Amino acid sequence: MTTDIAAETLKLPSLDYAALAPMLILFGVGCVGVLVEAIAPKKARFPVQLVLAVLGIAASLTAIVLAAGTEKVTAAGAVAVDGPGLFLQGSIAVLGLVALLLISERSLERGGAFVAQAAVTANSEADRDQATRGSGATEVYPLIIFSLGGMMLFAAANDLLTMFVALEVFSLPLYLLCAMARRRRLLSQEAALKYFLLGAFASAFFLFGIALVYGYAGRVDFAGIHAAVLDSPNDIALLYIGLAMVAIGLLFKAALAPFHVWTPDVYQGAPTPVTALMAACTKVAAFGGLLRVLYVAFERSQWDYRPVLGAIAVLTMLVGAVLAVTQTDIKRLLAYSSIANAGYVLVGVLAISKAGLASSLFYLVAYGFSVLAAFGIVTLVRDADGEATHLSRWAGLGRRSPLYATLFTFLLLAFAGIPLTSGFTAKFGVFAAAIEADQTWLVIAGVITSAIIAFPYLRVVVMMWLSEPGESTPAVSLPGALTAAAVTIGAAATLLLGIVPQPLLDMTENAAHFVR
Amino acid sequence: MEIEFAAAEGWLHNVWLLIAVPLVSAAILLLLGKRADKWGHWLGAGSVGVTFVLALTFFFQLRGMDEREGVELSLFEYLPVAGLKVDFGLLYDPLAAIFTLLITGVGFLIHVYAVGYMSHDPGRRRFFGFFNLFVAAMLLLVLGNNFVMLYIGWEGVGLASYLLISFYFDRPAAATAGKKAFLINRVGDAGFAIAIFLMFATLGTTQYDEVFNGVGQLTGATVTAMGLLLLLGACGKSGQFPLHTWLPDAMEGPTPVSALIHAATMVTAGVYLIARSHPVFDASETAQAVVVTIGAITLLIGCIIGCAKDDIKRVLAYSTVSQIGYMFLAVGLGGAAYALGLIHLLAHGFFKAGLFLGAGSVMHGMQDQTDIRRFGGLAKHMRITWITFLLGYLAIIGLPPLSGFFSKDPIIHSAFERHGWSGWVLGSVALIGAGLTAFYMTRLYVLTFHGKPRWTEGQHPHESPPVMTIPLILLAVGSVAAGGLMATSVPGWLEPVLGEHEEHHARLSEWTVTAMTMAVVILGAGLGFALFRRGTALQEQPAGPLVTAARRNLYFDTLNEVVFELPGKLLTRALVFLDNRGIDGVVNGLAATVGGGSGRLRRAQTGFVRSYALSILGGAVLVVAAMMAVTLS
Repeated sequence: MTTDIAAETLKLPSLDYAALAPMLILFGVGCVGVLVEAIAPKKARFPVQLVLAVLGIAASLTAIVLAAGTEKVTAAGAVAVDGPGLFLQGSIAVLGLVALLLISERSLERGGAFVAQAAVTANSEADRDQATRGSGATEVYPLIIFSLGGMMLFAAANDLLTMFVALEVFSLPLYLLCAMARRRRLLSQEAALKYFLLGAFASAFFLFGIALVYGYAGRVDFAGIHAAVLDSPNDIALLYIGLAMVAIGLLFKAALAPFHVWTPDVYQGAPTPVTALMAACTKVAAFGGLLRVLYVAFERSQWDYRPVLGAIAVLTMLVGAVLAVTQTDIKRLLAYSSIANAGYVLVGVLAISKAGLASSLFYLVAYGFSVLAAFGIVTLVRDADGEATHLSRWAGLGRRSPLYATLFTFLLLAFAGIPLTSGFTAKFGVFAAAIEADQTWLVIAGVITSAIIAFPYLRVVVMMWLSEPGESTPAVSLPGALTAAAVTIGAAATLLLGIVPQPLLDMTENAAHFVR
Repeated sequence: MEIEFAAAEGWLHNVWLLIAVPLVSAAILLLLGKRADKWGHWLGAGSVGVTFVLALTFFFQLRGMDEREGVELSLFEYLPVAGLKVDFGLLYDPLAAIFTLLITGVGFLIHVYAVGYMSHDPGRRRFFGFFNLFVAAMLLLVLGNNFVMLYIGWEGVGLASYLLISFYFDRPAAATAGKKAFLINRVGDAGFAIAIFLMFATLGTTQYDEVFNGVGQLTGATVTAMGLLLLLGACGKSGQFPLHTWLPDAMEGPTPVSALIHAATMVTAGVYLIARSHPVFDASETAQAVVVTIGAITLLIGCIIGCAKDDIKRVLAYSTVSQIGYMFLAVGLGGAAYALGLIHLLAHGFFKAGLFLGAGSVMHGMQDQTDIRRFGGLAKHMRITWITFLLGYLAIIGLPPLSGFFSKDPIIHSAFERHGWSGWVLGSVALIGAGLTAFYMTRLYVLTFHGKPRWTEGQHPHESPPVMTIPLILLAVGSVAAGGLMATSVPGWLEPVLGEHEEHHARLSEWTVTAMTMAVVILGAGLGFALFRRGTALQEQPAGPLVTAARRNLYFDTLNEVVFELPGKLLTRALVFLDNRGIDGVVNGLAATVGGGSGRLRRAQTGFVRSYALSILGGAVLVVAAMMAVTLS
């Protein structure tokens, strides 16, 4: 009978809703957010969207906690729910929540950091008008929620096509978010366009890589690729070129040299809260995807990709550290710092061991908290023209605002990896894992570049404390409750993970097992 | 003999309160800041009073017990590391009990006195904060049940001492004295720390009972090294030769500090350390010999320099150095003499604190004058100070039946009884010391209180307020009675700690020694009285080589300069040279390379999407090529 045949061929894959709930909740909340934009009156949108977003992320986080311990592949092999996946999703949720606090701050500037209509021509009369008006875009909330949902899916994707879809789901909202800065509109739009063009370029590599891998393995799911590696009768060149191109797409998102070139411009141009979101959450998601591809799909060709990716790690650390030395803009400096830090995470990833996986997970969380707090403080140092990001304007900040200068000094010390900060624990973890895996050369490069990059950090410290405040040193704005909360959470986590890292270390240790 | 401590039960379970009360008070005083200025000094004095009452209750509790070996109380794990476990634990035994009483009792009186003495000082609250901190640290020092606790207290009292020596930090002399005390104590503390490391290394523990029980298994050389290192620490803290030079300079601090920290309690910590670790010293003949030698040398040095000083507090400071020399001599002799050293320590705590407070009272009435050449005839103007100082003076020179007689004479006697020729030498030194003590103390006393006034113009000496005189009177009572009371009771009380010892006097009878001592004391005192009863010159007079040397502290400061300071300076100079020429050159060169490279690389960051895309494409080609190369190779 025809109906039977139809039922057989169109059989729905079994879906484990509990395991998929974190992502489903976020996508649902995103859709509701779009509806709110359409239905709710203008004045009510901001509080409604904020509450909706916070509740959505909290619900998603609850679902993740409830799913803890699950190890299964669901949705017809498209999604893997396992320790690292859930840990990464949890990290994305928590860091996203803190970033959301920064994004929602409206007391520093009337209407927040985003303009109401990003499409208005920059520097036109209408644009100047909307910059001074108190209204701001509330579309950012559904965009962020979609982006976070995409990141979660990216960290849990179990085949290359799902991964690609997730990549686009979380990238497209980010491109838009970058373009919506209230101040320096041209720079913001330029950043968005650059990010979009280069992102599309990198996505093309990724997609082409998928095609080549499929050509070799005949499958796109990771288990299938794993089985095919070394056993397939097809030309092995297909596999390696494919792997290289897939990796390039991921390395681009994680901002590893030489695919990092977009980072400084985009970090500088994007609204600072969005930069914070990208530096914390995107990094987690990108490394989540990279970890899964390298550990699950291509584990058996680790001897082939390890030296190449090792060279990329060394190059990344060098480029990040050396170029940070001559930066004069605090956001660009933090951008290069984030590039160097991506290099350190890659060192941990390349241990290709349980310890490597656990230490990379720890590093991502620790760095995420610190960078959120750091960018949070950047949003506070401002004058009438908005944020004062040029380093010369930070001279003597210690006299003007000792509290924030102290906090920022502490965060810079964390980036430099000084003990009693999470930066030290995290770096120690990845270096230890790499040494255990006989990747000493990576650690040597890591230590040398750590010394180099300590210089620009300390230069900022010296500038803040030992220079006299000049005419142009801006005061620090009193943060609203949301920014204060975000900075406090970030700095407190940096301190706590430096002093009592054991609970999180245990958590990463327990989570460090991929399902195939 | 196996040493074992029972666990603390009942009221003794609260022994930690002794440390907590002054510590909390110190925290309140130091954290509240100016808000506590009005009532802070009463809190400071009151907390020590409460601690004293607590100490009394604990004392009677322990006295009522059948087994008085001491009770242990483990509060929490302090250093739990693999193979090494240090608890934050307390031990309340007879030795700790008498120290606790001394520290809190004399400490309370001095705190009360300081309320009056510091009444015009704007930093009075800060002073009491540090003072309370000292009491807490000192109590931790004597109450700890392992060497690490002792060390923490040791460093704590050191900290309080430096803070209080430099209390008037705007005076260069006080700031320098604080620094000097700190640096010289570093030398001693390093020795003590190494001794603790040695315990870790050889015995794997720092608990008193386990260390002492384990001493027997160690080789002689190890025990000797341990003893000598402990001794080095003790010498630093107690101002013993050759590390004694900081103590007289420490008199730059306020006088109550000199009385409590640099006379009655902290400086005797070295004696406590040696008495506490007596099983270590008992096991090493060499270490004991070094202890007695150091004690003998120091007691002579202190006496000789004391004769030549003109500053009332410095004379008392050198007298402290020399009296602690007696205590070292006693504890170095070992056996029954341990108890003698501790009795002298307690008696000295009373009369020296009384003397210092008397000196403070004199300074209080003489506008902070300290030069004894500028005193004279004060007896009429400060009756109470005069009488109490007189009693303290008679006590220290050892006139019967005051306390010095009961505590010092037996030490001299025991020194004579040491086996071999060394007994004769040590006994004679101790005897000569007694004579010299009588001489310089008579000089000090006569020049201050008798003869014609030699005051600078515009001085109107007056008696101090009751808040200062009442502690003086109470301490004077202690100076009179303490020695006689303790001479018989303390050895029995300490028996559970130090063990039973038969006293056997072979060489000289008690009476012979007493007679000899009395003779030299009367000789010294008579000489001092005859020389100085008519006063003295107002300026320093030219003198023979010995007096000049004594005035210059027997050149020990110069010795320190040559032995420690000069090599240190040369070393730093060499290092600076190496740093400037060698290391900085390399570092600067590297920095320039990085900076230049950074500047050049930066130009690649053009801002054009096309060049970025080219960079990505280039990177992609390289990665693919590298993958192929790795695979094919």
